[in-house]
Parts: sequence; C-alpha cells; structure tokens
Amino acid sequence: MSAKTLYDKLWESHLVRTEADGTALIYIDRHLVHEVTSPQAFEGLRLAGRKPWRVDANLATPDHNVPTTPREGGVEAIRDPISRTQVETLDANCRDFGITEFQMLDPRQGIVHVIGPEQGATLPGMTVVCGDSHTSTHGAVGALAFGIGTSEVEHVLATQCLIQKKSKAMQIRVEGEPGRGVTAKDLVLAIIGEIGTAGGTGYAIEFAGSAIEALSIEGRLTLCNMAIEAGARAGFIAVDDKTIEYVKGRPYAPEGGLWEQAVAYWRTLHSDQGAQFDRVVTLDATTIRPQVTWGTSPEMVVAVDQLVPDPGEENDSVKAEGMQRALDYMGLEAGTPITEIPLDRIFIGSCTNSRIEDLRAAAGIAKGRKVAGNVKQALVVPGSGLVKAQAEAEGLDEIFIDAGFEWRQPGCSMCLAMNADRLEPGERCASTSNRNFEGRQGQGGRTHLVSPAMAAAAAVTGRFVDLADLDKG
Amino acid sequence: MEKFKTFNGVVCPLDRSNVDTDAIIPKQFLKSIKRSGFGPNLFDEWRYLDHGEPGMDNSNRAVNPDFVLNDPRYRGAQILLARENFGCGSSREHAPWALADYGFRVILAPSFADIFFNNCFKNGILPIVLEDKVIDDLFRMATVDKALEMRVDLSQQLLTAGGWQRNFEVDAFRMHCLLNGLDDIGLTLQRIDEIRAYEARRRVEAPWLFGNRS
Repeated sequence: MSAKTLYDKLWESHLVRTEADGTALIYIDRHLVHEVTSPQAFEGLRLAGRKPWRVDANLATPDHNVPTTPREGGVEAIRDPISRTQVETLDANCRDFGITEFQMLDPRQGIVHVIGPEQGATLPGMTVVCGDSHTSTHGAVGALAFGIGTSEVEHVLATQCLIQKKSKAMQIRVEGEPGRGVTAKDLVLAIIGEIGTAGGTGYAIEFAGSAIEALSIEGRLTLCNMAIEAGARAGFIAVDDKTIEYVKGRPYAPEGGLWEQAVAYWRTLHSDQGAQFDRVVTLDATTIRPQVTWGTSPEMVVAVDQLVPDPGEENDSVKAEGMQRALDYMGLEAGTPITEIPLDRIFIGSCTNSRIEDLRAAAGIAKGRKVAGNVKQALVVPGSGLVKAQAEAEGLDEIFIDAGFEWRQPGCSMCLAMNADRLEPGERCASTSNRNFEGRQGQGGRTHLVSPAMAAAAAVTGRFVDLADLDKG
Repeated sequence: MEKFKTFNGVVCPLDRSNVDTDAIIPKQFLKSIKRSGFGPNLFDEWRYLDHGEPGMDNSNRAVNPDFVLNDPRYRGAQILLARENFGCGSSREHAPWALADYGFRVILAPSFADIFFNNCFKNGILPIVLEDKVIDDLFRMATVDKALEMRVDLSQQLLTAGGWQRNFEVDAFRMHCLLNGLDDIGLTLQRIDEIRAYEARRRVEAPWLFGNRS
C-alpha cells in the first residue's frame, strides 16, 4: 500500500462516490450552523419540502450578530432590528427542524469555531463544515474542516453530503523553537507573509514540524483558523497525544468502549512516512519575530521591529499599486517603524484568539498595568460562555477591568462588526482577529492583526511594542 | 437555476487584486434573511460616497464617479474583469448573490479564492480563469473609450471579442450543471441508496460519529 498523506486518509474515509472525472460525493460528519449564512438554506429546505437528513449531525449557535454587552433583556433586547430578526430566525429554524442550538442566553453559547472543539463536537477524523470560511479552525484536532456557502449549507442539511473535488496537498513545515513572545498567531502570519494570501488556493494544507508539534491545541486552532487567509479552504494537523488529551471528557466526545475504539483509529491520523505532497514549504521558526500587519491584506505583514514597507521598492506594478492603496487607506507612511504606530482601539477576541490561553496571555501583560491614555477602548470578548466562566474563575476579568479593559459577553464582535462593536472611520485598532480588509471592523476602520500578547501590550503602551522591551520598561 | 445560455455582454474592468467578499458586499447587508435584492449594494463602500445601510433608498445616494461601476461606458455590464485572488475572505454567498443580482454572469480573473469560485457555480455565474498575460491584454482592451463587448459561449468554451478569441477551461460537471440549470441537491438525492450504504458501513467502523450527546 502506498504511503498516504493525512489529507488522503481524511478524504478517502468520507467518499460516498467518485465520478470518472474526480468529482466526488463526500459525507459530512458535523455541520455547524450560525445565524448569518443559514436562513436562506432553511428557507430552501422549506420551499422544497425537505427535512434535514441527520438532525444529530448539526449544532447551531448565534454568534455574528449577538451583542457583547449585558444580555438580561434576551433576544428581544437586541437593539438592531435586523440583527434581532436573524437571531430569532435561527432560533425558529432550529426549533422547527429539531436542531440542537446553544441559544444566546445558554452558558455554552459562543463563536461556532470556539464551541465546536470545546464541546468535543468536532472530533479527529471528522469532516466538519459550516457556512463560515474560518471552519478551517477545526482541522487543529485532525479533522477535514472547511467553509461552505449557503447553497452548500442547504445541500448538507438535505443530503449530509457535499459535491467536491479533491484539492492538492501542501505541507507547511515549521521547524525549530521560536523566540520569546512568538505565538501561534505570529507563526501563521509569518506563513501567510511567506506564501501570500493566494499561496494556498487549490490546496489543503497540513501543518507539521517541531514548532507545530510544540503548540498546544489552542495554538493549533489559531493556526488552522487562518489557513483560509493563506487561500486554503482546509488546514489541519496530525493527531498526537495532545489532541487525544484535549478531546477526552468533552461533552460530545465518545466514552468507555467507544472512546477506546475511537482513539485506536485517531492514532492512524497522520501522514505516512514517505507520503508525497504537491508542494512543501519549510519555515525556520527561530527566525520568526512577533508579527504586525500594516496593510489591508493579511499577507501585508512585517515583524514588530521592522518598518512599514515602501511600494517604491516593489518591482511588480500591480502589487506596488496595491501597497500604495493600502498605505493610503491605513494612513501610514512607508518607512515608519511599526513601534511608532499609535492606536485608538484594541480588540482581543474572535475565532482566532478568544480561547482561555489567549486571554491568559493577554492578562499576563495587562496585569498591574493600565490602558494608555490615547486608547479610547480596549475590548476583551471571550470566545464562549464557558471560556468566559473559566477566565472569571481564574480572576482574569478583574485583571482586565483593573487595567481599564472592557470585559464582554461572547460573540464575533469587532472581528467583523456586525453587532454594535465597531471602529469609526479612520480609527486604528490592534486586533487579534483574522482579517484586516478595508472596512472589515467598521467602514474606514484600520486594522492591524496581532497576537493577544501584542494586543495587550499595545493597549498598555498605546502603540506596538516589542514584548522584550515591555519587560525592560 | 436558470440555464446558462450564450450571450454578448459588456466587460467591466475592476483593476484591483485580492478583492475580498467584504468589499463585494459589506457586512451590514448580510443581515437579510433573503437571497435577492443585494445588487444595489454590490461594492457598496467603493460605489457610493456615503455609508450604506440596509433599507436605504439607493437611488438617492451620491455615487463615487471614480468607481468603475459608475462609469457610463460599463452600464449594464454582464462580464466582470478582475485581478488575482478575486473573492477572497469570507465564505458569504451574498457575494455571488449580489454580483448576479446586479447582472454579472461571468467573471474573468487570473485566479479566484476557492469558496467564492465554488459559490459562483451554485448561482449561475461562470468564473473563468485566464492567464495573467491574457488578463493584462483584456484590461488594455476594456479601458479604451468604447466599452469592450464579448461573446461568451459556454458549450464551446469560447470567448470572442471582435477579432479576439480565446478558449477557456471549465470543469465538465460544473459546465453540465450550468448549461442544464441543474440543482445539486436534486442530483445528490438520486444517490440516496449510496449515502445510506455509506452510513451503514460507518456505523460499524466509526460508531462514535453517530448519535448526539444525551
């Protein structure tokens, strides 16, 4: 038998049927649902008189539109009537079709990509889909997970399958021990800086190498989350002891004999020795420094001790124009040291960086310090109700509040500004989210993507800072 | 879905790379629970000078005269000419809904983001990948005084504009679905027996995947 990649194994175990031209029908084990990309899919089911194929494969929660301010008033109190309609529509659809939903006031509610792994609802070896591009997150536990459009949401609901073609396989190896202050977020931003935002287009990416193995599962979730920002629909990591330890005991994880059987299978979820990839990229982790994006695409990224780049030095004219447009939008001059960029707002949250380890890292910096005078607002938005409760049990909320941060309810929040949390035109934000597109955090808003530690450091100094210098100061 | 027929359309050149789906249809319009009506807000932040919100009367809004969609040459365009990595970012199908609602039926680019590319076919839009050099030529041809008109023949996989001709690649299955206006779900439901057989096998091999928590 020839050596297989992890992707081969995940793909082949889900094949229902393959056509001569390679078009395949693949089976979906877990479908996560949120309020923004599902209403038209449920409507489609109704119009066609169809029912969900397998109700128990679905798990829903509202996350994009929910307010992060206190929720005593419930869904009726969501001020934006259109947001409220979307949350109510999800509640009604889940009720009508019998789908489990963690509603807004459920303590387990949160960002779909946080609650899936947290609940053990996404398991190694599964196919996981959601009408959300950041579904790649779940690949961190050795699953084949990818984002889909609303037509495909309807397709999965109706058939439990998707029509797909196999992608090419890429392996990205990150070897060596990264320096102090370098987190999973910095690794993935460095990867995107290296291969570009279209570098992974057409590929499924397996992340491997000693620096990846050294990451916690939460770090791996951050890394796989941004595979889509490298252009790849799916990113994943082989199962190891950490994966199995992480999954054990979670509410949806198997127990007893089923657990033993599952673990035996999960142990096979790695690329075989000698497996062939269509492309292999290797990065040296020892050279990666804490990263800060300067432009309007995640590939526009440099290390914190570098300067804003100069479009004049770019040979490709389309690229140079894009860089200049980004600098104009961001209100930055080429040659400015990253550490001299002052900030208006700080956002710590999103499906990329809102888990307990992220909050601990940020709180570690915030402890005993104060949010700088030039920072108008520093938001901390936990990824789920359970993350929030855990953080509060550890006293992290008090650390943040004492330092002048706002401690919020869980949701997507200022990552995409569909609720009330947003930037005003021209405001500059250090954000732990995943996209720095024009207007992403509010029309005219300027986003710099960073790790939670960097965001917290930026909050207390009012600008970006090399974390090593912060310790000295 | 309507059948994709051969047509002649005006080519609208959008000369930016990495155009993301947030730009194609900004987040405030995603709150709709319908599939239609997104066209007037296509590229909203680039197209208008004010900030758009759902429910506004778009006919009264100040348009950005520098944005290509507002150039009278390209009025009624059905073919969008774009740069690399078009449609990157969010998976929102509202992006192809907005493009289709506006009237676009074909997008030409050197590369597309995967999810967007896939979403296009589900909505009767044909995304065509062409080499960088060809795209460069088309940008030159489309930005002269008179708008470029192009004929798109999917069954022959052929683009024609005056004396200019080019064949293009398209996945055979997707072409079949577009030409016949086929609905994927209907096709898949013809495979019910195979799906059931797969499930029966998996229930034995991987029983932990079935049944939700108690």
